[in-house]
Amino acid sequence: MTLDSTPLVGAAGLDLSLGGRRILAHVDVSIGPGEIITLIGPNGAGKSTLVRVLLGLVRPDHGKVVRRAGLRIGYLPQKFVIDAVLPLSVARLMTLTCRATRTEIEAALDETGVAHLVGAQVQTLSGGELQRVLLARALLSNPDLLVLDEPVQGVDFGGQAELYRLIGDIRDRRGCAILMVSHDLHLVMAQTDRVLCLNQHLCCAGTPAMVAKDPEYLRLFGPRAAEAFALYAHGPHGHDHVHTLSGEVAPVDHAHEGRLHDH
Amino acid sequence: MITRMKGACMITDFFIQDFFTRALIAGVGVALVAGPAGCFIVWRRMAYFGDTMAHSALLGVALGLLLGLDPILGVLAVSIVLALILAGMGANRTLASDTVLGILSHSALSLGMIALSLMQGIRLDLMVYLFGDLLSVGMTDIYLVLGGGGVSLALLMVLWRPLLAMTVHEELARAEGVNVALVRVGFMLLIAFLIAAAMKITGALLITSLLLIPAACARRFANGPEMMAALAALFGAAAVTGGLYGSLHFDTPTGPSIVLAALLLFLGSLLAGRRRSM
Repeated sequence: MTLDSTPLVGAAGLDLSLGGRRILAHVDVSIGPGEIITLIGPNGAGKSTLVRVLLGLVRPDHGKVVRRAGLRIGYLPQKFVIDAVLPLSVARLMTLTCRATRTEIEAALDETGVAHLVGAQVQTLSGGELQRVLLARALLSNPDLLVLDEPVQGVDFGGQAELYRLIGDIRDRRGCAILMVSHDLHLVMAQTDRVLCLNQHLCCAGTPAMVAKDPEYLRLFGPRAAEAFALYAHGPHGHDHVHTLSGEVAPVDHAHEGRLHDH
Repeated sequence: MITRMKGACMITDFFIQDFFTRALIAGVGVALVAGPAGCFIVWRRMAYFGDTMAHSALLGVALGLLLGLDPILGVLAVSIVLALILAGMGANRTLASDTVLGILSHSALSLGMIALSLMQGIRLDLMVYLFGDLLSVGMTDIYLVLGGGGVSLALLMVLWRPLLAMTVHEELARAEGVNVALVRVGFMLLIAFLIAAAMKITGALLITSLLLIPAACARRFANGPEMMAALAALFGAAAVTGGLYGSLHFDTPTGPSIVLAALLLFLGSLLAGRRRSM
């Protein structure tokens, strides 16, 4: 990792409408070397679209994105389905966009704990195995920036925390920056340097503790915010109520604290 | 393919006097490229695209005859133009791409037929262009066929890795630096050259079968994309060889004989695949 502190990716004044619907409004983002940024927001908030704009896959209506010259990106997309008509082993998937020796492939798979799957066909992997293989694949090109769109989807609850821990370890070990999209704020908090809360515009941004206190965040993530407080223990006041999505105050069901709510 | 061409040049005067040997060289040469290229047609679900390109070849024949060129050159010109148009065509929001391709495919075929029928003073056997006439391949045809096949093979080798990457996940490939638009144009040009080369072998109506059937045969026996491509090349070569011998033996038209030989291989692969999975 270089000591250069200019952003890996910087974006300013992003506006984007698709099919007459506003997706992004005046969004500014900057990703510095080695930092973990988590993008949160409700469904339809434009999280994946913002990621795709930053990656250069979608051109914004206004605003610009500047990527550092020669930036190596490892990408773990939100949807990854391989048709059964294409025979593809894990080993071959690993070298999809870059060349690598067998040793390098096995080392990358080992780093994410799935070295034993090197000969398996991709279509036979479980959700959790696939995410770990895709993470290893993204690491293989030794990226400056890892972009992980919902990295724990299809992973069972116990495996989710483990996977987030692994992502944190990867940053510590490799020093690469990580941009991550997540629904599961209470799980990612411990591994995140900066949280961006998106709902078309950037509602709030900052350290997890700062964002968790932000009224905008509480308005968007009422019930989940309560869980995050429960785990994170940074509540500004004794939290015996939560805010529902419509902004009403509702009593906390303590029996459910710390579990995954399904909204 | 290059060495094959040189080989073909050197032994021309000695061996290729025989029409059957010429047919075999041209047919197997094309099949060896069509198999691997056809894998991408199968993986990327582009059968309709292949049909559209192939059917437009008839228009190319008309153009070639009109300009007094070899019909294969006319086919090549029309295929390249169509490939560039299709590559440049953005995704249509209101019509699915198979609908658009279906419209183009049959329009190109009809236009070609009408253009040929309107030509005065040219006597030609339409069947040859629709279903191929491999046994009439002359030395000029061999050079054209192997030249077109060689260009296709070279393009395929250059495009292989990025093309496979965008076949697996297009956005991932783009995000990690693959120039998707360029690779797509390259692949379409590859198919254009291949169709020009295959015109003599199976004719406009049956070319797509050389792309699809060998790849479909290979799927059951392959555990990786490269292996599937190699097997498809072998199955394609076997289908051409079997079809040619069948055509000679039973006195049947060569193009359809090759397609039926490929079908038999496919049915055989189904049975063998079932036994394997049991």
